Amino acid sequence: MREGAAPPDAAFALIAKQRGAQRIMALSPAALALGLSAGMMLADARALEPDLPALEHRPAADHALLLRIVESCERYTPMVAPDRDDALVLDLTGCFDSLGMDEDAVRRDLVTWLARRGFRALAACAGTPDAALALARFGKSTLRELPVAALGLGDDAHLALKRAGLRTLGQLADRPRAPLAARFGKAMSIALAHLLEEQDRRITPHRTLPPIWVEQRFAEPMATVKPLLGVIEWLAGQARDVLVARGRGGRRYEVSLFRTDGHVARLAVDSGLPLREPADVVRLFRERIESLADPLDPGFGYDLLRLAVPLHEDVSEGQDRLDEENSGKPDLAPLLDRLQVRFGAECVHRFAPRDEHLPEYADRLVPPASIPQPWPQPEAGEPPLRPLFLFDPPQPVTVLAEVPDGPPRRFGWQGRQHRVVRQEGPERLAYPWWKTVEATGPTRDYYRIEDSDGRRFWLFRHGLYGSEKADPRWYLHGVFA
Amino acid sequence: MFDSSRLQLAANLAQASPDGWPESPLQQDGVHEFYAATEQDGGAALALALLCAVQARKAREPLLWLRLGKVNGKGGGKQARSRPYAPGLAELGIDPAAMVLLRLPDLQSLLRAGVDSVRHGGAAAVVMEMDGRAPAFDLTASRRLALAAEQSGTMVMIVRSGAQPTPSAAHTRWQVTSAPSVPLPANAPGDPVFDVTLLRRRGGREGLNLQLEWNREQGTFRKPMLGHAPLSGGHLSLPAVRTGDAGRRSAA
Repeated sequence: MREGAAPPDAAFALIAKQRGAQRIMALSPAALALGLSAGMMLADARALEPDLPALEHRPAADHALLLRIVESCERYTPMVAPDRDDALVLDLTGCFDSLGMDEDAVRRDLVTWLARRGFRALAACAGTPDAALALARFGKSTLRELPVAALGLGDDAHLALKRAGLRTLGQLADRPRAPLAARFGKAMSIALAHLLEEQDRRITPHRTLPPIWVEQRFAEPMATVKPLLGVIEWLAGQARDVLVARGRGGRRYEVSLFRTDGHVARLAVDSGLPLREPADVVRLFRERIESLADPLDPGFGYDLLRLAVPLHEDVSEGQDRLDEENSGKPDLAPLLDRLQVRFGAECVHRFAPRDEHLPEYADRLVPPASIPQPWPQPEAGEPPLRPLFLFDPPQPVTVLAEVPDGPPRRFGWQGRQHRVVRQEGPERLAYPWWKTVEATGPTRDYYRIEDSDGRRFWLFRHGLYGSEKADPRWYLHGVFA
Repeated sequence: MFDSSRLQLAANLAQASPDGWPESPLQQDGVHEFYAATEQDGGAALALALLCAVQARKAREPLLWLRLGKVNGKGGGKQARSRPYAPGLAELGIDPAAMVLLRLPDLQSLLRAGVDSVRHGGAAAVVMEMDGRAPAFDLTASRRLALAAEQSGTMVMIVRSGAQPTPSAAHTRWQVTSAPSVPLPANAPGDPVFDVTLLRRRGGREGLNLQLEWNREQGTFRKPMLGHAPLSGGHLSLPAVRTGDAGRRSAA
């Protein structure tokens, strides 16, 4: 399958440089008809066909294209997986009712749908993925006609089978399995069982199958985004019924918009608390759509909308406690969800304590839905001992202080001199030597100081004078209120 | 366990005023601006706004703190990067667990998130920190905030540093600097003291200047007094009045 930018009857080759020679990796059907074959040197091919156009072979782009086709094929079933670099497997089990088509109709629909987009595809339906792939690859109509090469066991095994006079799967199927397994190994009997539809194999879909999904197909493609939220609300209503039946609520909702030309747009919203109500879900999606840097482009219209709930959680049908103060204020969680959808999840935080010795590690930011943790109570009767703002990293300052361990008398920071009027300290914080054996660092002597203008700072001397450092530096670590 | 219940003592700024105020100057459903007198007073202005917001809290409602910030931390700017330090909040008597911090990429987002948060009404107060001139915060933007605040009963604190006061729809405008504290024994710095000037007040007196000392244990402001005895009991706690019409009459 190659993109149909070139006319379908054009002969061309895709080449790549291998060991210093330009070798043909793939050929267009017209070029194959000229008697060329993949694996030839470009020079040899040009000897036969001097005007053969050669284009660069880009496997990564091919794979990306294949994945895009996988995404658009999710309109048939969410179970779609790429196979090697030239095939797709669709698991259609249980999908025929919702599609309103039978096997053959789906196959024809898929092939014509792909043909309209410029892809030539061979398709086959069978009971197992391997059987369907082999039928499509080898272009046979029944499994018994397939050559033994369909087993995919390697050239040696295929040659050995041919030498034994076994050329088709039909011949293999008629023989007892035990001697075959003894001669060719267990892999052969498994491959044969898969091919003959005796044993099923599950495919791994390209996208993880969501536990809950609902969808709406449109007979007439939806050409504007205006009714989109209405459809999402309707779908969310259906998802709610499923969620209610399971006693769950969605933490993440994802909408896939399938455009008639095969493009698939996906929008996802997360919430801090499990949601069910369609109105809440739609509010988040409205926020999401408004905050899109690149607005949704319906093109020729969307013909399928799927709402999936990839992440869901138990909903506790809680009751308000009587003894709790109820302020009558609305819950903040929906607001925080909306802000997170609009400005990004990393914008909204709560503070959580961390039991660490060094002051810069004593707090951290956590997602807003985390359970609040109690903070240590400040010591009664003391003024604030920790600053309101912390510099990260600490700011180097020039300090006039008595050696060896006197408090600072004056310090300079950002071109300004501060005369220290009041000070308290030192509060000595050792480097956490108990963490690892080799962890050593200078001791810090912290001083709370106030300058002549009444501003309060948190300074520290980095290292003990003499024993740890000859000339310890001073840093400003924070400012108090 | 952090006990914030004693901080719920509703108190008000006016009790420290020398000649008394008829009512609370900080109405619950209003917009209040706190200008740092110099860039170095940004911390003091913010602390005062947070403390007033905490006082306005009736129950355990959360506080929202909106500030600008590179989301992915380590931005190497020339200016010193400082971050809010939660243990410092706790030391001031503000329960960090009740605080929700929003770091927005630009001023437009900050104003937008601010209006959304105020309109929602789930927070006791929304504190918005802006640095520099902030041209996007104009009369329209502040009017929008004031309307939303009135509607939802949420207190809005605008903290500005490095900016000259500009016309706005705020109910009150204060100028804040740090002031020398009352020293503890051995000349240690004491409780934080703020020097506060009321620059403007809708439909009321202005030009008031006072010094306020924050008392964490009582959750109140008081007048700093050299050699004062703590817990002297001389400072009454007036409830933060939910305003009637007095403060709303006229816009500037």
